[in-house]
Amino acid sequence: MTELRLTDMQAGQTGKVTRVHGGHGFRRRLEALGMRPGMKVTKVSGQIMRGPIVVKIGNTQIAIGFGMAYRVFVEV
Amino acid sequence: MIKKILLIGNPNVGKSVIFSRLTGVRVIASNYPGTTVEFCRGCIGSGAEKIDVVDVPGTYSLDPTSPAEKVAVAMLDRAVEAKDSIAVNVLDATNLERNLNLTLQLLKKDIPVIVALNLWDEAKHIGITIDVNTLEKTLGVPIVATVAITGEGIKELVNRLGDAAKGEYSYDNDERWHEVGRIVDRVQSIKHKHHTVGERLGDLTIHPWTGIPIAFVILFLLFFVIRFIGEGLIAYITEPFFGNIWAPLIMQVSRVIGPGNLLHKIIIGELIDGAIDFQQSFGILTTGLYVPIGAVLPYIFAFYLVLSILEDTGYLPRLAVLLDNTLHIIGLHGMAIVPMFLAAGCNVPGVLATRILETKRERFIAATLMSISIPCVAQTAMITGLLGKYGARGLFPVFATLIVVWLVAGNILRLLVKGESPEIFTEIPPYRLPHLMTLIKKVWMRIHWFLHEAVPFVLLGVFAVNILYALGVITWLGNITGPITTRLLGLPLKAVGALLIGFFRKDIAVGMLAPLGLTLKQLIIASVVLTMYFPCIATFVVLLKELGIVDMFKAAFVMISSALIVGGLLNVIL
Repeated sequence: MTELRLTDMQAGQTGKVTRVHGGHGFRRRLEALGMRPGMKVTKVSGQIMRGPIVVKIGNTQIAIGFGMAYRVFVEV
Repeated sequence: MIKKILLIGNPNVGKSVIFSRLTGVRVIASNYPGTTVEFCRGCIGSGAEKIDVVDVPGTYSLDPTSPAEKVAVAMLDRAVEAKDSIAVNVLDATNLERNLNLTLQLLKKDIPVIVALNLWDEAKHIGITIDVNTLEKTLGVPIVATVAITGEGIKELVNRLGDAAKGEYSYDNDERWHEVGRIVDRVQSIKHKHHTVGERLGDLTIHPWTGIPIAFVILFLLFFVIRFIGEGLIAYITEPFFGNIWAPLIMQVSRVIGPGNLLHKIIIGELIDGAIDFQQSFGILTTGLYVPIGAVLPYIFAFYLVLSILEDTGYLPRLAVLLDNTLHIIGLHGMAIVPMFLAAGCNVPGVLATRILETKRERFIAATLMSISIPCVAQTAMITGLLGKYGARGLFPVFATLIVVWLVAGNILRLLVKGESPEIFTEIPPYRLPHLMTLIKKVWMRIHWFLHEAVPFVLLGVFAVNILYALGVITWLGNITGPITTRLLGLPLKAVGALLIGFFRKDIAVGMLAPLGLTLKQLIIASVVLTMYFPCIATFVVLLKELGIVDMFKAAFVMISSALIVGGLLNVIL
């Protein structure tokens, strides 16, 4: 088991969210779309030049900016 | 006694479709989060039993993060206070967990709730089964499975509105997600299904190396299809109608009125070589009708048909992801592509749609920028008609200039406007096949809006043009603004009339350039300046409402100064 940032995951890789770095408001915002510790995420794609990351959580695909994704840690 | 029903739920779960089903009121529903940015009212029943139904913008939680979400929470709070409302909580059955988070928050509020478990067919299709009875018992509120788009379950929902209850589910707020998880474990079972071919193809549109070329192909196709349909309708339907049927009829009227007097001028306009020229005559019944119906309507239809398909398939949020980096140049994130697209139809809904952006700074940049550099489809149609005969030599400079202005002015605004621009963070809905009836209704709504709201303005504009000319106002204005128009922009004094009317309707203003005998260079400059210098009155009103008076002043300053700079530069370069 290794912990890495969402931005460092490969497309197609699946992991479990371990922690989200940031203030209360930030965590709440991510939580509302299902991105919170314990959830299984699969990375769908990452755009070039630090573009947004697309992940799948449950049945939802979510686009998240690079800077935000950098603060999300997953265990793969 | 229930007086009001609030439709509350996550974005893109089908609230607007349920709203239409309940009330018969037509509202725009699309397949992306944030279609509804303003609440919408309708009612069911009649007489003393009349109940208001409110379509509330979607929200993921009751701590709002965007203005559209704030509207939702404020509406709910007011309804709770009034004690005469119930909430219909619309859920996406394919995403039960995320949706229940809002439901549990809602159950803490002092308002009766009934749940519509929507997208029931889609859930079944992907192998999700939800035990409605157990869920109902657990939450203590009635639950109805619905497929809003086909109407399935809506009748039962209406029949059970009276059963809406306050719910008995108590939990500790910090443990909310645990509670949600526990409920989901109890009521939901998933049959695992492999990736379908459709999903795999869908994923290709969001991978950078395949997605960007696909996006280019799609955008090119859109452009091609819009032109093909627009030009086809003009060549085979509206032109023949106006030329062969309407013109002879109006010539009769012309003979009755007798040419030369003011009435003839207003109603028919000038006869060109003894005949009606729909582009140049400029009477209410000639150019006044020809511009909106003959020249613009075909493009309105073509544009909104294509836009509606784009909206309903769910492609727009994917385009937002692919274009995210590009939009960072102008200080916005990818989702700003949605208001920009809408603005290319009409700036009014474009400005309203900026509410899906989170901060004031983003909304200011987006609204100002679309007013400067995105002509509405009516104006685009007229520019295409005016410059199309020159081919790419005429059209390319206009649209290329506007794209450059969009990037450069946007970049300057990004540097100058203070405040925050957050990153993209949005749900990407699954691809869906557009539902034919919904699509037709939506296109019709938009055409209807154009016919009712825009056409009268065009006619009024033509009337005003004739009166202002007759009174000498336009000549007078031409003389006092002469140095700017002639020296800076290189346009004849007569073109001032078009700039004046452009405040009213841009399509008519572009039409006013036709009889002036301008050179290609002058036509290009006039088309660009007309797009940039100021919004039309309808857009101005919503801008004022959305930005407030101070920011509107700032935006107007940006518009006028950039129009003069760009117009002046074009005059030197071309």
